[in-house]
Amino acid sequence: MKMAKAFSIGSTDKKHIRVIMFPLILGVLSFLFLLSIRFGSVQYTTGQILGVIFGYGEFDETLRTIIMDIRLPRTLVAMIVGANLAVSGALLQSVMRNELADPGLTGISTGASLAALTIMLVFPAYGSLVPLVAFVGASLSFLLVYLLAWQNGIDPIRIVLAGVAVNAVLGGGSSLLSMLFSDRLQGVQMWLNGSMSGRSWHHIEVLAPYSALGLVSALLCIKSANLLQLGDDMAKNLGLKVNLARVMLSAIAAFTAAVSVSTVGLIGFVGLIVPHISRLVVGSDYRLLLPFSAILGSTLLLGADTAARTLFSPVELPVGILMAVVGGPFFLWLLRRKGRYKV
Amino acid sequence: MICGCRLKAGYDGRIVLNDLDITIEKGEIVTLIGPNGSGKSTVLKTISRLLDCVSGNVFLEGKDIHKLKTREVAKKLAVLPQTQHMPPDFTVKELVAHGRIPHHKWFEVIGDDDNQIINWAIKSARLEHLADRPVVTLSGGERQRAWIALALAQKPEVLLLDEPTTFLDICHQLEVMELVKHLNKELGITIIMVLHDLNQAIRHSHKIFVIKNGRVVASGCPCKVVDSRLLKDVYGIDADIMTNTILGCPVVLPIGLCGGIT
Repeated sequence: MKMAKAFSIGSTDKKHIRVIMFPLILGVLSFLFLLSIRFGSVQYTTGQILGVIFGYGEFDETLRTIIMDIRLPRTLVAMIVGANLAVSGALLQSVMRNELADPGLTGISTGASLAALTIMLVFPAYGSLVPLVAFVGASLSFLLVYLLAWQNGIDPIRIVLAGVAVNAVLGGGSSLLSMLFSDRLQGVQMWLNGSMSGRSWHHIEVLAPYSALGLVSALLCIKSANLLQLGDDMAKNLGLKVNLARVMLSAIAAFTAAVSVSTVGLIGFVGLIVPHISRLVVGSDYRLLLPFSAILGSTLLLGADTAARTLFSPVELPVGILMAVVGGPFFLWLLRRKGRYKV
Repeated sequence: MICGCRLKAGYDGRIVLNDLDITIEKGEIVTLIGPNGSGKSTVLKTISRLLDCVSGNVFLEGKDIHKLKTREVAKKLAVLPQTQHMPPDFTVKELVAHGRIPHHKWFEVIGDDDNQIINWAIKSARLEHLADRPVVTLSGGERQRAWIALALAQKPEVLLLDEPTTFLDICHQLEVMELVKHLNKELGITIIMVLHDLNQAIRHSHKIFVIKNGRVVASGCPCKVVDSRLLKDVYGIDADIMTNTILGCPVVLPIGLCGGIT
């Protein structure tokens, strides 16, 4: 609100300020990109990093391996996942016309994680199906939360309650699986807490095409997302097929989040924090909001992962834990000020 | 212009409209009145395809509205719903720009023509001086006019308004009604609205439809339709009806409930 007022000097000024934000955030992202590759058990110079990535100069094999096969893929995974989760949250906020909607709260992430876990622990032979099964799990649990929260529109308190209930049940399911198959849990432990550790090129081979599909579909739905913000009746009046649009946007949101969860596990709050900050910075028009959220999501998660990796070095924190510590208070703050901001 | 035949419609299986027929001529200001729960808003939603009807047909200029593409309908017909939602940072101009969406293919963006129409719509709603203000910072009447400007940006031939004055004080009510009349007179837009205030309805409309229990119980020129027997039948009130010499139209003064509180 304060931002909105500060920006209301004139529509042209406002547009300029908003457009300037894009190179700014891209600058921050590039800076973090170099930083995240630089930091680790061995430190490298920017010249070495750029040299290896773009293939000029002469470097020994260890350096090339560390940068190209260990740090770069992890950095890219963090960026892709951050964008996915942020876009998912932004779309859900339009579908539910509520700023508290995010993949964690709406059961999407837990649904995806339970489904993924089932495959990983019970049917490890079908590992390649994990992203698609996660998508099915995500869609089902979102549908459940949505139906529970619906009563002549979506009431924020009902989302929170329904989300807590569904997440508790699904989380319980995940714990049960972990107990029953504790012998196979070794490789899954880090994943459960949401971690980028050990993500390599073969993860990107799965993650990248699905994410590209999800993000491009999201961009194609910008108009629908914008119209849903004006309420169902107004959206129908302006020629939108509201029910179809809702299903499409929900499916894309579930898909982008599920793909992320199946690669890195549960990472909360990105989908909540990022669209919210983006709204303050570039406004609520999805033509700016959606791309900005994607870039800011990449930036935030990359920053968080770099911090999680280096803050307590040599101990490496799962980034999911760091996001929970930072995101929880932010969520509480949003709940407190809910009355002032009605979408 | 719009014709509804044997409309049956409702919510969650509860039927609100019962074989209701309604015909609205081009260029008129038409008002639907009736008690709470009588189905006024439901009529408005049904003839504007916001609500699907269980049976019956709605024709827009002779064509079945449910068989037309919803985007094509949006170029001819604009609805202002009773409750409105919007992100708090939208300015008047940003809100009004949404009215151009039905005229675009999905990949098209706002062009010069659109900007002209947006500015024209804002001007017609007399909001030029507030164009860059966030809508949430405006007064109730100004806000309602901003939404009307959005509807105007659709360049509609028919404008439907659901209780456009309900939450406004008397000055803002007049402001909105004057604007509606202006749109009808100067731009030739057919107006269909739901009002609660009988005097407003009588004064500003060419024709009224009185609705009770999902049926039209009376219709026609407000001066002829509204009398004390109708008010007794429909609202269950005793009322004095006199002709005001300044306005030259009847004014309803409610006296009390028929038979008191039971």
